[in-house]
Amino acid sequence: MATSRIAHGGGIALSAALSLAWSMGAHADLALNMPQGVTAISHDVYDLHMLIFWICVAIGVVVFGVMFWSIYHHRKSRGAVPAQFHESTLVEVLWTIVPMLILIGMAVPATGTLVRMADARDAELTIKVTGYQWRWQYDYLDDGVKFFSTLSTPQAQIRNVAAKDEHYLLEVDNPLVVPVGKKIRILTTSADVIHSWWVPDLGWKKDAIPGFINENWTLIEKPGVYRGQCAELCGRDHGFMPVVVKAVPEAEFQQWLEQMKKNPTPQTARNDSRPSTVPGDQTL
Amino acid sequence: MSTASHTTDHGHDHDHDHGPARGLSRWILTTNHKDIGTLYLLFSLAMFFVGGAMALVIRAELFEPGLQVVDPHFFNQMTTLHALVMIFGAVMPAFVGLANWLIPMMVGAPDMALPRMNNWSFWIMPFAFTLLLSTLFMPGGGPAGGWTLYPPLVLQTGSAFPFVILAVHMMGASSIMGAINIIATILNLRAPGMTLMKMPLFVWTWLITAFLLIAVMPVLAGTVTMLLTDKFFGTSFFNAAGGGDPVMFQHIFWFFGHPEVYIMILPAFGVISQIIPTFARKPLFGYASMVYATASIAFLSFIVWAHHMFTVGMPLAGELFFMYATMLIAVPTGVKVFNWVSTMWRGAMTFETPMLFAIAFVILFTIGGFSGLMLAIAPADFQYHDTYFVVAHFHYVLVPGAVFSIMAAAYYWLPKWTGHMYNEKLGKLHFWLSVIGVNVLFFPQHFLGLAGMPRRIPDYALQFTEFNMVSTVGAFLFGFSQLFFLYNVIQTIRGGAKATDQVWEGAEGLEWTLSSPPPYHTFTTAPEIK
Repeated sequence: MATSRIAHGGGIALSAALSLAWSMGAHADLALNMPQGVTAISHDVYDLHMLIFWICVAIGVVVFGVMFWSIYHHRKSRGAVPAQFHESTLVEVLWTIVPMLILIGMAVPATGTLVRMADARDAELTIKVTGYQWRWQYDYLDDGVKFFSTLSTPQAQIRNVAAKDEHYLLEVDNPLVVPVGKKIRILTTSADVIHSWWVPDLGWKKDAIPGFINENWTLIEKPGVYRGQCAELCGRDHGFMPVVVKAVPEAEFQQWLEQMKKNPTPQTARNDSRPSTVPGDQTL
Repeated sequence: MSTASHTTDHGHDHDHDHGPARGLSRWILTTNHKDIGTLYLLFSLAMFFVGGAMALVIRAELFEPGLQVVDPHFFNQMTTLHALVMIFGAVMPAFVGLANWLIPMMVGAPDMALPRMNNWSFWIMPFAFTLLLSTLFMPGGGPAGGWTLYPPLVLQTGSAFPFVILAVHMMGASSIMGAINIIATILNLRAPGMTLMKMPLFVWTWLITAFLLIAVMPVLAGTVTMLLTDKFFGTSFFNAAGGGDPVMFQHIFWFFGHPEVYIMILPAFGVISQIIPTFARKPLFGYASMVYATASIAFLSFIVWAHHMFTVGMPLAGELFFMYATMLIAVPTGVKVFNWVSTMWRGAMTFETPMLFAIAFVILFTIGGFSGLMLAIAPADFQYHDTYFVVAHFHYVLVPGAVFSIMAAAYYWLPKWTGHMYNEKLGKLHFWLSVIGVNVLFFPQHFLGLAGMPRRIPDYALQFTEFNMVSTVGAFLFGFSQLFFLYNVIQTIRGGAKATDQVWEGAEGLEWTLSSPPPYHTFTTAPEIK
């Protein structure tokens, strides 16, 4: 419906780019859109995203439609004689008020979602996430379990001398393991520069800032492995510090936690996965 | 007459009464608004190619997964310098160049109000950029923490750090002087009868932009100085361990940074508002509302800065405020787009190159506006933030936005400036290659961002491969198409069909009453305003 009309109206390169993108999407099962995610919040965010998107498409169809109609019909080569009108208080007031009303219509659901996202009360489990150049540390505050999570993609793949795995750059040695169906408070902070902890399937990212602790929460609905990345430029290997969250049923989580308490995973030696070939001497 | 006494002010420099000096000294010592305008525009064009080359390094590395072309640290230097060069070296000087050329001609003045300062504000720029680009060869390389210079990361810069800060100070000083000059010219040198509400919209948008510049460039200077003292003099403005706050830098930076966004787009609105009426042969619709919309956007630009930092962890009330304020910007921006479309409505349009670029501007800038509205929605921004969706958004408003308007302006006024018509066929070829290239380049980046690709990464997961390849192909197409522009501009300066004074059938305004090219001193006698 609306999409095909925009392509008709857009006529030019835009529609070419769009159709190219869509035809490619059909072949390779490419992600074109935001993931719906696995939490109630991520569904809300997705719905909000699609709502605003379709409103924008509708406005675009009207505005560009009028414009292309005019470009086609009101051209000198078709013998158009220019009108001389140059103002109209009525339409000018209308196209100020109508957008205001549309914006209010967007602001209402956005406010609701934002308020829900800010409410981290009554969490059953608290995990502190600390960013380092260039890896994450996870600290289960209530259980004394604490470990680093570092990129596990081998150098050879990054240097193009070995074939790349399915989860190239999105795999770690020790994932963050969490239970499904429980409200989890996630505190983010950093030990050096600013990082940002992001798993698209959870519906948010939050900066990890040295000297400050940010509070967030999530409640994952279904078991699975969810992958993300550091989202704030943090130096040379910013692109090489993924986030992997493994959501498991409560019983399995308790089992894992007990095992970690008894026999913590040996911490990965720092920087062993760094893709750099040049010494990191940017700190002088 | 007042104009006669004005020329005698320059009596000590004899050449000025006869025309430009000869040779290099003409350009180094010039106080002439046209010469300085030309210098600004050529400087901007050179920087456009330098910054563009950096972008092509970035896109070449991102053509496929894995590290092929450059080291990640050098990649970060490229993203940082590409932004600094394009913003401060290409887009801003281009608009100052246009202001220099056009404002005296549009308001009926003989020259800019402060000609010697005008010379200085230009000649700072080559030194600032030599300094900035020289940092690439310093120990530890150039700045690699992003153009936003966020601490603590930026404090890890090597020897380049103080030089980058000094370069930013020089660019800021140049911009402030340019802005003072523009305000002084517009408020004092208008021809009798040219009331504020009779000024061409380009002059209006620049008047408002100049106030934005004066308001925010000192803020940038202040905050980068705080970085400098944190690094070298033991202060802790942005160091939490010493009682400071790294987020405070972001607040101060974006208090500069958001108005800066409008510094780069308001003059573009002005250009488009000159061009569309000319080729629609119909007066601009809603002139007064255009002026008020520009002023509203400028005001709002001061109260929306924290939408660049929704993810730093602000209180709920803060996030709500910045979300609502940001959404409001859609209203005056919408008014502008509606006015342009209404200007075209029932006109008698022709589609010479400037008009093609202007129409592409309206469409593609609006697409950038739509993604901007999506980004304003704070809860959704938690997903979009720092991804390629943001990269796509700001490139849509900056490249087919600001840069297309500059190209439209160049084609539109080049015949007036040089006295020669440019090659229309080549202009159209340049337009079509650019408009296709820019969309192939940036449209797939929306998908990349939504699918989860962060910005500023030199390597990426496999599911992002296809769109990155498409984007890189678009980048090279767009980049190399600009050589047609360069060739066309050079050919037009060197010769070509003689342009009439009117140049365009539907053109209105004082600049079209002057000869093509205009006399060395514009309006030595004040023109009569009807």
